[in-house]
Amino acid sequence: MNDIHDELVRIVGAAYVSRAEEELYLYGRDQGVQPPGRPDYVVLPATTEEVRRIVLLAGENGVPVVPMGGGLVLSGLTVPLKGGIVLDMKRMNRILEVNELSHYCVVEAGTTQGALQAYLARRHPALKHSVPDAPPVATIAGNVAIHGSGHLSQSEGGFHSEMVTGLEVVLPTGEVCRLGSCSTVDKWFSRAPLPDLAGLFLGWNGTTGVITKVGMKLFPSFPLKDVLMFMTEDIDAVPEVISRIVSTEMGEDITFFVTPKPAYFDGFQMTNVHIVARTPREMKLRQALVRESVQPYLDRKEAGFLPLPAHMKVNLLAAPQKSLSEFADIRKGGGFEYVGSIMPVESIPGAYRAGLGIAARNGVTYSMGARVVGRGHAVMFYYAFPFNRADEAELQSVRHALEAANRAALDLGGIPWKTEVAGQRMILARMDPATVALMERLRALLDPNGIMNPGNWEVAP
Amino acid sequence: MTELRWNPDICAACETVDCLEKCQYVRYSPEQARGERDRLIRGEETAILTDCVTCYACEEYCPHHNHPFYLIVERQEELGIHPVPKPIEKSQVLMMGPKGRIVPEAVRTPVINLCYFPMMKGAIRGRLLGDASVIVGSDIFCNLMFLHFARNSTIRERLPQMIRNIMTHYLTPGGVDELVCYHDECYGTYTSWAPAFGIDVPFRPVHFFDFLNRRLEALAGQIKPLGLKAAYQRPCSNRLCPETDAWVDAIFEKIGVERTEREFDHGNALCCGGVMEAQQRFELAESNRERNIADMKASGATMAVFNCPFCFFTLAEKAAQAGLMPVMMSDLCHMALGD
Repeated sequence: MNDIHDELVRIVGAAYVSRAEEELYLYGRDQGVQPPGRPDYVVLPATTEEVRRIVLLAGENGVPVVPMGGGLVLSGLTVPLKGGIVLDMKRMNRILEVNELSHYCVVEAGTTQGALQAYLARRHPALKHSVPDAPPVATIAGNVAIHGSGHLSQSEGGFHSEMVTGLEVVLPTGEVCRLGSCSTVDKWFSRAPLPDLAGLFLGWNGTTGVITKVGMKLFPSFPLKDVLMFMTEDIDAVPEVISRIVSTEMGEDITFFVTPKPAYFDGFQMTNVHIVARTPREMKLRQALVRESVQPYLDRKEAGFLPLPAHMKVNLLAAPQKSLSEFADIRKGGGFEYVGSIMPVESIPGAYRAGLGIAARNGVTYSMGARVVGRGHAVMFYYAFPFNRADEAELQSVRHALEAANRAALDLGGIPWKTEVAGQRMILARMDPATVALMERLRALLDPNGIMNPGNWEVAP
Repeated sequence: MTELRWNPDICAACETVDCLEKCQYVRYSPEQARGERDRLIRGEETAILTDCVTCYACEEYCPHHNHPFYLIVERQEELGIHPVPKPIEKSQVLMMGPKGRIVPEAVRTPVINLCYFPMMKGAIRGRLLGDASVIVGSDIFCNLMFLHFARNSTIRERLPQMIRNIMTHYLTPGGVDELVCYHDECYGTYTSWAPAFGIDVPFRPVHFFDFLNRRLEALAGQIKPLGLKAAYQRPCSNRLCPETDAWVDAIFEKIGVERTEREFDHGNALCCGGVMEAQQRFELAESNRERNIADMKASGATMAVFNCPFCFFTLAEKAAQAGLMPVMMSDLCHMALGD
C-alpha cells in the first residue's frame, strides 16, 4: 500500500494525497443516512493527465476509484463502498472557454456552480447557465453526471445532462476520450450529429469513467425577473395547472412545493412560475399569458396568485434557492436526506399522498415539491427529510422513509433519482432484464478491472 | 354574536345612493344603483357583491353613515361570495391569526400600536417618537384586513380578544387610557368598525397623524422645513375616518412640505392595487397603479408619501421607477427634524 501512496504522491504531489484519519473519516461519508465507508486514499488531481495516471495505477493494482465533485449527492454515491481512492476533482476548477455566439462553455470537472455563475455574471452578463438548487459548491460535472436539473430545466431543454455539449473522460483503462463535436473539431458546440457516446458516462454514478471536462449550454440572461406563486387547495388539480402554465411557454422555471410549516402553507400547494423578460412590456405580456392560462381556476375562486411582497420575491428568485438549505437544518444535528424521483407530471398527486403517509408512518418532518423538467415532459419530485444525526432512532426512521419513498416512486411510475445502492437495486429488479444485461456488458467492456465506484449499479453486491 | 348596526330604512329612503354612484370602480346608472341597493337590503345576490373591489370608499361616501361597505361585506359572507380565491383567503386567516405569543411589557404614555407590522418598529425613534412604548404583533392585530376577504366573522371573532390583550397586557398595568394607532386600519377599527358592530373599546384611540401633529408642534423650533412637494397616497382604511385626512395638510405645513394638488387624492383617492391583485384583477390593479403614479408625477411632486405600509410595499418600487422618492409619513417627519 505504501507503494501506491508513494506513486500517488509522485503523480499529484504530497500536498494532494492524504491518508490522515480525519480526512479518511470525512471522505467516507456524506450528509445523508447511508452507512459510511472508508477510503484508503484521498487524492486531488490538477490535470487530466494526473487523472489518467491515477486511474492506470488503480487499474494495475485493482484499487477502487470513486470520483467526487462537491460531495453533496446525499445518497452515498461518493462513499467508497469498497475502499480505494476517493478522487476529489475540486482542483480541476478552470473555466476554459465561454463561446458568446454559440452559447456554450467548457469547464474542468471540479468547477463549481457558484464559480461559473459568478464568472458569467462578471464577464459574460448576457449569458447564464442552469443552476441547480444545491449549495454553490456543487460541481457542474457532478450535477450532469447524476442527471441533475435546475432553474432552466423547464424552459431550456430538460435535465442538465441534456445540456451537455461535450465531455472529456478518462476511461477506466486510462485512455482519454473526447465525446461530441470536440472529438472531431476544436469546438464544443454539440453532441450531434455523431454517435452519442456521452450517455455512457451520464447517470452511471461514476462506474464507467472519470469526467474531466464538460461542455455546457449557456442561455440568455434577461434583465427583468418576476415570480408568480399560484396557490391551490387540491393536489389533484396540480398536474393540470402545471400543464396549462407550461403550455404558455412563458415561464423560465416552474416549481411546486408543499410544506407543513409555516402553518399558513399547510394543506395548500404552491406552484411558482419564474418569468424573465427584456422589457417591461414583454414582462406584462408574459405575466398576462400565464395568468390567463389558469383563468378557469380564478373564475371558480378555487385557486389564485398570491400577492408577494418584494422581499419574498427576491428570495424566490434567488438561484440557487436558500430555502431548502435552511430547511435542511431545521432539526439541527447535521443530517439531511433529499430523495428525488423523476416521474411524469400526472404522478404528482400520488407522490404527494405517498409522501404524507410515509412521513406520518415514520414520524419524520418533511418538505415535498417538484421541478418541471422540459416542457412538462417530467418532474423531479423530491421528498426532503431533515434529521438529527446524533439521534439513532431518527436516523433509522429516515432510512425507512427513504426506502418507502423509493418504492412509492416506482409504484407510481417514476424512477428514483441519484438513488443509493439499495434504491439502485430496487430499480434493477424492475428493469427489463435485457437492459440490465446490456448495462453489465458495457461496464465490463469499459472497466474490465472493476475499479470504478464498485458497488453501484450492481445487481448483486 | 355582534350584529351590524345598520338601518335598512335609511338606505331604502336614500335618494342619492352615493355609496354606488360615487364608486370609482363600478359604473351603474341611477336606476341600476337603486336596484343594487334594494337587492342589498333584501339580502339577495347582486352585481355589486362581485364587482366590489373592497376599497372602503362607500363608507365615506354615505351621507347617512349607514355603513354600506360593512353591509356589502356582510352580504358577501352570507351568500358565500369570495372576493379573493378561497385558498388565499384561508391561508391569510391562518397567517394573520393570533399566535398566543404575547409577552407582557411595561408601557407608558404614549403607547403606539404598530398593528401587525413589526418591520415598522424602526420608525418609532428619534426626538419625535423615541420616548413612545410600542406594541405590535398578531395578538393585538385589529384584523380589519378581513373586510377585503368578506370575513366580518373573523374580525368579530378575534377583535374582542385583541382588545382584551391590549388592555390586560399593556394599557391597564401601565395606567394608560389612550392608544396611538400608527395604521389607519387600527384607528378605523376602533372608531368605526367596532362601534358599528357594538363592540366596546375601553381605551381612547388616537390617530397617528393627530399625535404627530402635536409632537411636531412641540418640536416646532427644531424643524428645518424640507421645502419639498409631495403626493400623498391616502389608504383605503382612511375612508373610515375621513376627518383625519386634514391632518396630512397640517403635518405637511409644519415640516415645509406642499401636498400637491392632484386628481387622485382626498375623496377621489385610488386604491394602491394590492388588494385588487389578491382578487386576481391584475389589469385593474396595474392600470390603477399606473394612473396613480402618473398623477403623482404630473402634480409636480418629487416624493410619494405613505402612511399604510401595505400601500408602500405595493407602490414604492413603481414610484421610485417614476422618479418619486417613496417615503413613510413618519420618516418624512424625522427628516424634517434631521433625525
